[in-house]
Amino acid sequence: MDTVIKVENLTKRFGDFTAVDNISFEVKRGEIFGFLGANGAGKTTAMRMLCGLSIPTEGKGTVAGYDIFRQPELVKKSIGYMSQKFSMYEDLKVWENLELFGGIYGMHDKEIKRKTDELMGRLNFEEERDQLVKSLPLGFKQKLAFSVSIFHHPQVVFLDEPTGGVDPITRRRFWEMIYDATASGITVFVTTHYMDEAEYCDRVSIMVDGRIEALDSPMNLKRTYNAKNMDEVFQQLARKSTRKAD
Amino acid sequence: MKQLFSFIRKEFHHILRDKTTVMILLLMPVIQIVLFGFALSQEVKDTKVIVLANTSDDATRRIIDRVDASEYFDVAVVAHNSNDIDAAFRDGKAKLAMVFEDHFSENLKHTGKAHIQLIADATDPNAATSFLFYASNIITNYQQDLSPTQTNSGLITPEVKMLYNPQMKSAFNFVPGVLGMIMILICAMMTSIAIVREKEMGTMEILLVSPMRPIYTILSKIAPYFVLSVINFATIMLLSVFVLKVPIAGSFISLLTVSLLYIFVALSLGLLISTLTSSQLAAMMISGMGLMIPVMLLSGMIFPIENMPVFLRFISNFVPARWYIDAVKTIMIKGLGLGDVLKDVGVLILMGTVLVTISLKKFKVRLG
Amino acid sequence: MNISDNSSPIAIHCESVSKNYKKIEALKNINFDVKRGEIFGIIGPDGAGKTTLFRILTTLILPDNGTATIDGFDVVASYKEIRKRVGYMPGRFSLYQDLTVEENLEFFATVFNTTIEENYELIKDIYIQIEPFKNRRAGKLSGGMKQKLALSCALIHKPSVLFLDEPTTGVDPVSRKEFWGMLQKLREQGITILVSTPYMDEASLCDRIALIQNGQFLRIDTPENIVGQFADILWAAKSDNMHKLLEDLRNDEQVKSSFAFGDSIHVTVENGQLTVDSLKKYLIERGHKNIEIQPIEPTIEDCFMELSNTQI
Repeated sequence: MDTVIKVENLTKRFGDFTAVDNISFEVKRGEIFGFLGANGAGKTTAMRMLCGLSIPTEGKGTVAGYDIFRQPELVKKSIGYMSQKFSMYEDLKVWENLELFGGIYGMHDKEIKRKTDELMGRLNFEEERDQLVKSLPLGFKQKLAFSVSIFHHPQVVFLDEPTGGVDPITRRRFWEMIYDATASGITVFVTTHYMDEAEYCDRVSIMVDGRIEALDSPMNLKRTYNAKNMDEVFQQLARKSTRKAD
Repeated sequence: MKQLFSFIRKEFHHILRDKTTVMILLLMPVIQIVLFGFALSQEVKDTKVIVLANTSDDATRRIIDRVDASEYFDVAVVAHNSNDIDAAFRDGKAKLAMVFEDHFSENLKHTGKAHIQLIADATDPNAATSFLFYASNIITNYQQDLSPTQTNSGLITPEVKMLYNPQMKSAFNFVPGVLGMIMILICAMMTSIAIVREKEMGTMEILLVSPMRPIYTILSKIAPYFVLSVINFATIMLLSVFVLKVPIAGSFISLLTVSLLYIFVALSLGLLISTLTSSQLAAMMISGMGLMIPVMLLSGMIFPIENMPVFLRFISNFVPARWYIDAVKTIMIKGLGLGDVLKDVGVLILMGTVLVTISLKKFKVRLG
Repeated sequence: MNISDNSSPIAIHCESVSKNYKKIEALKNINFDVKRGEIFGIIGPDGAGKTTLFRILTTLILPDNGTATIDGFDVVASYKEIRKRVGYMPGRFSLYQDLTVEENLEFFATVFNTTIEENYELIKDIYIQIEPFKNRRAGKLSGGMKQKLALSCALIHKPSVLFLDEPTTGVDPVSRKEFWGMLQKLREQGITILVSTPYMDEASLCDRIALIQNGQFLRIDTPENIVGQFADILWAAKSDNMHKLLEDLRNDEQVKSSFAFGDSIHVTVENGQLTVDSLKKYLIERGHKNIEIQPIEPTIEDCFMELSNTQI
C-alpha cells in the first residue's frame, strides 16, 4: 500500500495565533481517514493546506505525490472536494453540472458523456437527468454532489461534513457510496460531527487546539481511552481544549 | 424611545465600522465635483482658430492678438484664401474661422462699420455655441475699448445674451446635478441596502419576532443616511462656493429646505425598494438602474429637458431629481426665493407622501 | 378566551396546521401540544419542514390551514402579543457580526424593552462563559461561542416560550452536550422550550419529541415510549468484514433491514421469522469470522428509520 497523503510538521500561524500546530500523519491509498475535532480546533485550516488553498507557515506535505507548497495546481487536479455548503450549481441541470465539473478537471467530452450515462444508470437517476439540481430532494443532491466530486476519479477526495442534516437512511446510503469509492481505489479524507460515522473510518485523527491528540483505528482508540464508543473518546479528548473563543 | 435610540446607535456602529464604505460615501461628492469641475468640464479651452485677413491692418491685428491671448482660443493658422479654411476644418486643425473683410480697419474708422464673419465647426453644437459667444464677446470688448463713449455702434456683434450665467460657467449646471445625484445614491441606495442586509443576514427574523415597532426599524435605518446626506450637502456647498466659485445667489435657508425635502423623497424611495427586494444585490441593481440612470439622463442634469422627445419629457416628470435640480438652479443660481419654486416643492412633497405611504403599507410584519 | 396567561398548562397548541410553497407541501396537517415547562424536540432531517413550523409558531409566516396558539394567543390574530413573550433563535447564526458581544446583547435587551441587569440571573450561567470576550466582535467568535451568545440574546427578556431552530447544527459533540446542559437548566426555571434538531441522539434529552419527515409528524411521544413501540426485533451484528457483512445481510430475505450503526450493523427482523443462531449459520456459510449477534434496545434513530421506511 502506498502513501497518498504525507504531512510532516505542518504548521499554520495567523499573526501570533497558531491554528495548526506541528501536525504529522500519513494516509494510505484506499483508506477512509476520519479527521475529527471540535469547532475551531484547526480542521478547516489543515484541510485547506492539503487542498493547496493555503500556504503552510512551516513544515511540508505531499498529496497524491505533489508538494502542497510548490505544486498546488497539480494537487488540485488530483483531488476531489465536497462540502455541505457548496456542492453544485442549483440552477443548472444534473447533466450540466457533471459536464461542467468534468470540463473543469480536463476530461474529454466523450469520457464525460460515457461516465454521465454510467453514473445516471448506477444511481437510478435517468429521470432526473434533465432536472434542475434545486428541484431535487436533499438526499439526491447529496449523492449527486459526492458523485460529482469523484467524477474525474481523483486519487483523494476531501469530504467536509458531507452528511450534516441528512436523514439517517440517506446518511447510511451515503457511507455505502463512500465504501464503493474506496473499493475503486479512491482515498477518502472526511470530517464529520456524527461520532457513529467515525466508527466507519479505517483510521481516525482527533485534533485539539491545532494539534493531533490521537490517531488510530476506532477500535484501538476505544481500547486506549477505555471508551464504549467514539463519542466517549471524542468527549475525553476534546474537553482538554484550552482554546476558547477563536 | 429608548428602543429607537439604541437601534440608531447600532446603525451608526454598522456604518462607522465599515471604514471603506464610509470613506466612499464621504469622498464621493468631492470626487464627483472634481470630476465634473475639471476633467469633464464642458468649457471651451484653447479652441484652434484659423484667421483670414486679406488686409493686414491695425484693428485686425489687435483683435487677433486679443483672441489669441484669451484662454479660450489659440490662433493656429493664418489662411490665405477660403480654401485654406475648408481644409483646416476638414483636417480638424481649426474649430473656428474668423474672416475679416477687406480694408477692415479703414472701414471701421471711416464708416464706423466693419464685418467679421465667424464660422464654427458645429459638430459639437454646445461647444460651438460657447466659443462663438466668447469670440463675439472679445470683439465687443475691443470695440468698447476703442470708443468707450459710443456703445453698441459699429462692429457686427451677434446679439447673444446669456442670463444668469454670463461666463457660461458649466459649474452652474452641474452643482445642482451632483447634489441631485449624491442624495439619491446615499439615501435611496444605501438605505435600501441596509434594510435588505438585515433580511439577508437573518436578523430581520429576530427583529420581527420582537415587540420592536416596524416604524422604529425604518426610522433607525434612515437616520444615519440622513446625517450622511446632510454632511454631503454641506461638502458640496463648501466646494461649490469656495472652489468652483459658484455663489449661492438666493437664500441659503430656502436651499436647505428644498434639499431636506429632496432627502426625504430619496429616503422614502429607498424604503420602497427595500420592501420590494430581498437581496442586497437586487436592491443595488434596482436603485442603480432604476434611480441613477434617470437622474443622470432625465433630470436635465446633462440633457436639457426642453430638447427631449415628448415621451421622455413626460417620463422626466416622475424623476424627483428633475424638480429638485430645477429648484436648486432657481434658488442658488438665479437667486430667487421659495415663492418661485412652489411648483417644485409641491411636486416633491406629493412624491414623498405617496412613497412613504406605499412603503409603510408594504412593510411586512411577517416574512416574505 | 381567558387562558392567555402563563399559568395555562398548554404553552403551544397546534391544530391541523399545513403550509404549501407553490406545489411543495412543506407541512401536512400538524397537530401537537407542548405543556408548560416542557422541552419538546422536533426531530428530523433538513427539508422535513422544521423551519416552516417554527416560522408559523413565531408569527413570521401564516399557515395555509389550521390554527396555532402560544400561551393562548393566536399566531395570526394576536401576533403582537406573542412577539412580546417568546424568544427565538433562528437556524442560521443571526446576530450582528460587526457588533461586539456586549453590544449585541445590549441591543436585543432594549429591543425587548429590558436591560441586561434586569434579567442577568437568567442568562448568567451562559453569558459568564463568553463575558471574557465581551468586547470581541460577534463575527470573530467560534461556533460554540456564537451559539451561547445567540442563546443569551434570545433569553434576555425572560421569554415564556423559547424557540430554538436547529441550535446545534454544525456544532461539535462537546459543545452540543454543553448546550443541552444549558437547556435543562432553563427548563428548571420554568421556560418552555421547543427545539428542533437533525441529530437523533439529542432526542433522549427532550421530555417529548415529534419525529418529522416530509412535512409530516411520524410520531409524537416521550423518547422512552417511542423506543418501546419499536415493532420489530433488533440485533446488532459484527464480523471481521463489516462491508461484506452488510451486503450479505441485505441479501438475506428474512432480514427486514440492515444499516451500519457505528461499529456494528443493526438488523431488524420481523417477529418470529428468524433466530440469532440461524442467522449466524447463514453468515458462517458466507465465510464470515468472529461473528457477534446480540439483541439490543433500539435507539431513536432506529425508530426514525423504521418509521420513515414504512412511510415512504
